[in-house]
Amino acid sequence: MWVYIARRLLWLPVLLFAVSLVTFALGRFGPGDPVQVILGARYEEETADRLREQLGLNRPFFVQYGDYVWKAMRGDLGESIRFRGRAVSELLGAKIWVSFQVSIAALIVSVGLGLPLGFWVAHKQGRWEDPTTVSLSLVLMSIPIMVTIPFMLWAFCLKLSWLPCSGWGGFWDVRIIIPAITMGIPGVAGLARLMRASTLDVMGQDFIRTARAKGLSEVMVDARHVLKNSLIPVVTVISLSLPGLLSTGIITERILGIPGMGNLAIDAIFNRDYPVIMAITLIGATAFVLANLVADIVYTLIDPRIRYS
Amino acid sequence: MATGELSLERELRRPTRGHLSLAWARLVRKRIALACMAALAFVYLLGLGAPVVSYFAPYGYTEQDYTAIRKPPSASHWAGTDLKGRDVLMRVVWAVQTTVIITVVVVATGGIALGVTLGLVAGYLGRRVDSLIMRTGELFSAFPDILLIILIAATLGGRIRDMVWWIEDNTFLDGLARSGAADYLVISVALVSFGWIGMARLVRGQVLYLKESQFVDAARAAGTSTPRILFVHILPNAISPIVVTVSMSMGALVGAEIILSWLGLGVQPPKPSLGTMLLEAGSLSALREVPWMLLAPGVAAWTIVLAWNLLGDSLNDVLNPRTR
Repeated sequence: MWVYIARRLLWLPVLLFAVSLVTFALGRFGPGDPVQVILGARYEEETADRLREQLGLNRPFFVQYGDYVWKAMRGDLGESIRFRGRAVSELLGAKIWVSFQVSIAALIVSVGLGLPLGFWVAHKQGRWEDPTTVSLSLVLMSIPIMVTIPFMLWAFCLKLSWLPCSGWGGFWDVRIIIPAITMGIPGVAGLARLMRASTLDVMGQDFIRTARAKGLSEVMVDARHVLKNSLIPVVTVISLSLPGLLSTGIITERILGIPGMGNLAIDAIFNRDYPVIMAITLIGATAFVLANLVADIVYTLIDPRIRYS
Repeated sequence: MATGELSLERELRRPTRGHLSLAWARLVRKRIALACMAALAFVYLLGLGAPVVSYFAPYGYTEQDYTAIRKPPSASHWAGTDLKGRDVLMRVVWAVQTTVIITVVVVATGGIALGVTLGLVAGYLGRRVDSLIMRTGELFSAFPDILLIILIAATLGGRIRDMVWWIEDNTFLDGLARSGAADYLVISVALVSFGWIGMARLVRGQVLYLKESQFVDAARAAGTSTPRILFVHILPNAISPIVVTVSMSMGALVGAEIILSWLGLGVQPPKPSLGTMLLEAGSLSALREVPWMLLAPGVAAWTIVLAWNLLGDSLNDVLNPRTR
């Protein structure tokens, strides 16, 4: 087990190295000039050259890349080009926390609705509730987020005036409701279907019949045996969906003006703020790889039958 | 006795129905699947026939009617008009054309051509080729996908547009840049870079399983060439999951195209796309004053995504009955 984890963790730096090289190359070989963005209307050849020199942008590609990797390995992610003089790590710290809170809120919505729904509907197999729920969750899942958010804003903010229209006030603020619901709904459909399939699978197993045969009540069978075992595949998907939520968060944050990582990422891409883009991609990739690993480990904790070698 | 033999012979001679033909028969019996196919046929024909539609329609997609600015849906403008007095419904028709072209191009090149071929090659050849292809896929899937798609569209977009201008200047292909081909190319490149991975993985898994089967052994023993084994013997047997994956991934593709256009990285104005229309309609001031602008593009986007998702679901039931 430990060997397995170690091997997976050793793969991480290799992957990060490759990811950073691709991102770096995309940034450097793409058109658009960060110096132009910084100077804007004050752009003059001479000042631009001096600034390029100062930022080290006129060095050969591999020297720049090597320099970046060397600094990044010691934890220095560089300075933002857009916000001069601010370290990328300092800039990102607060934003990550905001995005993380939004993602958790969305996850609470998907898990809180999806799992009970899937578990319930599995007990209704063959009745009208079953296909209706599955189709209905697909119907909800299929609305693009660019439609749901404006619609909710129109309904709850402009027409009913229940919620403020945009902005951010932390995890316990009402303004988290719209992003949580819009980002959480697509996950409900997937989780409900998965939970349904998994529950049905477990209910057909021999040990459930044994549990019934030894005289346990239906409630006990459900709680002790069915639920616990049907959660195994679902847990993996839940932990795997966190990095995915960071992706959908990009658009949500953009529309609703939430000061998170997604909003920063889009600003950075449009302003050619390479150090910030690099840092966000690397963090995203790390989160994805670690989420995968955590999912695998949680798997073994829940289900002792699974062993990695 | 004799009649019995005869009927048995007739039974054996009767052409057997293939897996796909049986699946098709099961599919058309599902009402949801039929409705989805009808909706998709309508949307795709509408998109491809956008020039025909606008030939008969009273308005073009850029035509401004200054007497009817910001008007709610009415008999003359079925979906209302936008801030500049343009007919929203006509713009949706042209926006759908963009979506239709992009989804078809990306699935045909990225999902089917690239994904299936790489999956077949990786699975059949194994060893170095396999690890090279699969590790590359792993690398791409470690990126936060939307972020990399945006990054590719933003950085390579300008390059690709320059390239298309160059082609127009140096060849006889006039009007290439104005046709919007460059925008389509930018979006396709960005989406294809991710579109092949899932398909390649799936096909590889199928190949690994199928190449141990006796009919492949038999084909190999008969001296069949590797491409022939791959495309004639293995691929047809792996077709079911491929069909399901294509249908399921279409919805996600539509979503990604909307995101790119929404960010201004996809189709450029004056050509409309669902993404730019939703951007215009989604701002607070637009919601306050012209909320109907959200309706037509919203319903169009929703319909396309939903129809593909539901169809994928039905196809999954029909083609992979075990996973039901």
